[in-house]
Amino acid sequence: MHIPDGYLGPYTIVATWLIMIPIWVYSARRLGRELRSRQVPLLALSAAFSFVIMMFNVPIPGGSTGHAVGGAIIGIVLGPWAAVISISVALVLQALMFGDGGITAIAANCFNMAVLMPFSAYYVYKIISGNSEVTSGRRTIAAAVAGYVSLTLAAAMTGFMFGIQPLLHRDAAGYPLYMPYGLSVTLPAMIIEHALGFSFLEAIVTALIFAYIQRADPSLLSYGRPSRA
Amino acid sequence: MDRTTKKMLAALAVLTVLVPLGLLATGETFGEWGAEEVKEKLGYVPHGIESLGSLWSAPIPDYSFPGAETFAESALAYIASAIIGVAICAGLLYIIGKKLTAGRSD
Repeated sequence: MHIPDGYLGPYTIVATWLIMIPIWVYSARRLGRELRSRQVPLLALSAAFSFVIMMFNVPIPGGSTGHAVGGAIIGIVLGPWAAVISISVALVLQALMFGDGGITAIAANCFNMAVLMPFSAYYVYKIISGNSEVTSGRRTIAAAVAGYVSLTLAAAMTGFMFGIQPLLHRDAAGYPLYMPYGLSVTLPAMIIEHALGFSFLEAIVTALIFAYIQRADPSLLSYGRPSRA
Repeated sequence: MDRTTKKMLAALAVLTVLVPLGLLATGETFGEWGAEEVKEKLGYVPHGIESLGSLWSAPIPDYSFPGAETFAESALAYIASAIIGVAICAGLLYIIGKKLTAGRSD
């Protein structure tokens, strides 16, 4: 899901940077306001975890490979604003140091994996959880569904960004300048691969870590709850 | 650092050593093709992919070092990349987090 350089044209590149810069600034402010000092090690671990989990490429039938992101569990536990910063750090490092994802596409990749993903995961988790106990099985399921839905959404948005390129940019002879495939190819490709494959992996990773925290230290799961200690 | 954080740190260390498992998956990823792969698919390379594809020379491209050819060498390079990634991500956010929460006791 890491869009490389050369696949997105200037309109999409500029638009995504214009969207992301204020989001990064605001997220940093919210993080500064909301972060508790005992959460600092968890914040540091979360970015490192996201970095490493993305290195676990898994194959799916059809010859494609992909990975989980870890964006859902981070959004649920630390809150979506902290997740924006945490996952963005991992994505920027991947692009600059390892050439994984383009540098012009950093904003697009961050929007999909570091914004859309933790926010959608957080709200799906919240809606399904309702007023249930922090340690309830319902919340474990909510976390799994949040992982599944959020990675699928991020993949769909990636497919959308890819697919609009032939509509936006063609050379004089009519050939696409950037991503050559249109929405009718990119949307199904991205959505099906994830909805039938990688999103299940994200769901399992999210639920496993969530269930562990539920048993080990449920006080870590207090983000967004009225009785914050 | 409390017990839960220590355990998670241990789990992260285990994951870091196990990353070469991620190298076993061979195959392409949609939309992450190199210029040659695009040429094979379409018969031509879109101008943007050709001209921007090598815009950035990453110091450790594809989590691998030059000369890493056997699986063992690639695996070691992959683990080293993971260690670098973990150290920078965790270190940077630890420093940011400490600054943001300076003077707080919660």
